[in-house]
Amino acid sequence: MSFLNKATLLAVAIVLAACSNPRGGADDYDYGQGSGINSTALGDPSDPASIAYFNQTIGDTVHFTLNSTDLSEQGQVILRTQAVWLNRNPQYSILIEGHADERGTREYNVALGARRAARVEQFLIGQGVAASRLRTVSYGKERPVEACAQQRCWDLNRRAVVVVSN
Amino acid sequence: MTQISRRPVLGLLAGFALAPKLAFAQQTPLRIEINEGVIEPVPFAVPAFVAENGAGSEYATSLAQVIADNLTGTGLLREIPQSSHIGRITSFDSPVQFSDWRTINARALVTGAVRVNAQQITVKFRLFDVVTGQQLGDGLQLDGRTDAWRRMAHRVSDQVYQRLTGESGYFDSRVVFIAESGPRTNRRKQVAIMDQDGANTQYLTDGTSLAFAPRFSPTGDRILFTSYETGFPRIYLMDVASRRRQVIGDQPGEMTFAPRFAPDGQSVVYSLSVGGSTDLYMLNLTSGQRWQLTQTQAIDTAPSFAPDGQRVIFESDRSGNSQLYIMPVAGGAAERVSQGQGRYSTPVWSPRGDLVAFTKQLNGRFHIGVMRTDGSNERLLTASFLDEGPTWSPNGRVIMFTREEAGGDPVLMTVDITGRNLRRVPTPGPASDPSWSPLLP
Repeated sequence: MSFLNKATLLAVAIVLAACSNPRGGADDYDYGQGSGINSTALGDPSDPASIAYFNQTIGDTVHFTLNSTDLSEQGQVILRTQAVWLNRNPQYSILIEGHADERGTREYNVALGARRAARVEQFLIGQGVAASRLRTVSYGKERPVEACAQQRCWDLNRRAVVVVSN
Repeated sequence: MTQISRRPVLGLLAGFALAPKLAFAQQTPLRIEINEGVIEPVPFAVPAFVAENGAGSEYATSLAQVIADNLTGTGLLREIPQSSHIGRITSFDSPVQFSDWRTINARALVTGAVRVNAQQITVKFRLFDVVTGQQLGDGLQLDGRTDAWRRMAHRVSDQVYQRLTGESGYFDSRVVFIAESGPRTNRRKQVAIMDQDGANTQYLTDGTSLAFAPRFSPTGDRILFTSYETGFPRIYLMDVASRRRQVIGDQPGEMTFAPRFAPDGQSVVYSLSVGGSTDLYMLNLTSGQRWQLTQTQAIDTAPSFAPDGQRVIFESDRSGNSQLYIMPVAGGAAERVSQGQGRYSTPVWSPRGDLVAFTKQLNGRFHIGVMRTDGSNERLLTASFLDEGPTWSPNGRVIMFTREEAGGDPVLMTVDITGRNLRRVPTPGPASDPSWSPLLP
């Protein structure tokens, strides 16, 4: 089998996988005007084109150190893998959430979360993801992923989450 | 808004002139000098108000209690409980037997009367210096609807405070804040409003979207707050009475937050984040015109106006960590004012204009502090795991803020600008982000 044939087969496999995706089309529930809530079916995590696959296998979150927007080596690896996946699945739109730990004032933390989200946005654009697909939002310290008054939680909460939706 | 009318009470008691002044002629009139820092609170008595008709008796004790709680809450005064009283006030206009009040060591005495007809309540009060036997100021009568009875107690408290200290009070005022509920990882945060003493809480938003940091207008009839109603932080302007609200300063792709009114109530200063940079903007509420105040790659946020409306103080991390800066609203250079160690946030200009209150992070602790507007005379008033977001009482004597102990729920606290009299403000549940109104009209 030639290289070309292999590539063709792989492409077909990806297309088939996409077709067998049990997302079943657009599934955006309306929770009422102004709820700010959209729902997206996550699909089968074994389907490499599913949102569940992105969230679980690739990883949707990168972490930051105190008051920093620097991306760690590990964070950059995750974002590069994300970019490859996002470029391969252009049907999805992307919201980047920036978060801060609780050890700061409320408004500064909103600005800090915005800075982190923008850092991730710039990185993904640098990896070829179309800027028009990307939006950013900051939650500051309002939405910790874990709540405890310890370093362990603060480390987890200083994060950016790439949220993929239809 | 409930209307309360007031007028002096005429016809002062004749026996008053006969009060035995001689023995106390060497005494100076009662005056509490706040600036000297009161260590020993001045004892006072507020006997139950005289019910001048049957319907009035329902309010006679409650009025006295609210007044006593307000005055004791200042830390400047201390109530002598009614159970210790020897004297009885049975008629508002009869001469006061000062010896009864001297015996229990009261220095000040508040007497009052209440009458209720249908939905109308009439409250009268007088304030006496027990030692000299002198009345302090005129008697005063307040008329209004019965549902405003607590406000009348607050008005009386403000009068007593003013007559004793020479400074205006802060009791007839309200606080907007965030009422919190639910798990910390998915917190429900509603904009709420209450009296300054924690009574009469009402919810201004329903909690379906995250909201934070409400701010009163200079006249107390409107508020600004930030809400995630659209999924993104946006600034809302709400009329408190009608609860009608609208988005302001909104442009697609932007996040706006940290709004505050200018002293004239006509414009708003706020933060706008786009592309990771957070700058200060001004918005004219009438014309809709907006313009940019700062333009840096840094975080410029938490702006607050000087009382003259000409300058804004804000926090910026342009130097590498958060510090406080002042700049002219007309534009121009920002001048750094905070000079100490640590990180400074959430500066708020005092109503008098001479001080700035702020949040400071130092060595892993959070403090509420005050400094002069040139950065000098910095004093830290509090310390805890997380203290943040000071707001001034209408007279600039007290600061309310959010406190969170490690792992605990946030509560509202007050502290005197001397650093004394730290108190918790009662709220129905976890609460944060207080903003104190001016004295109500």
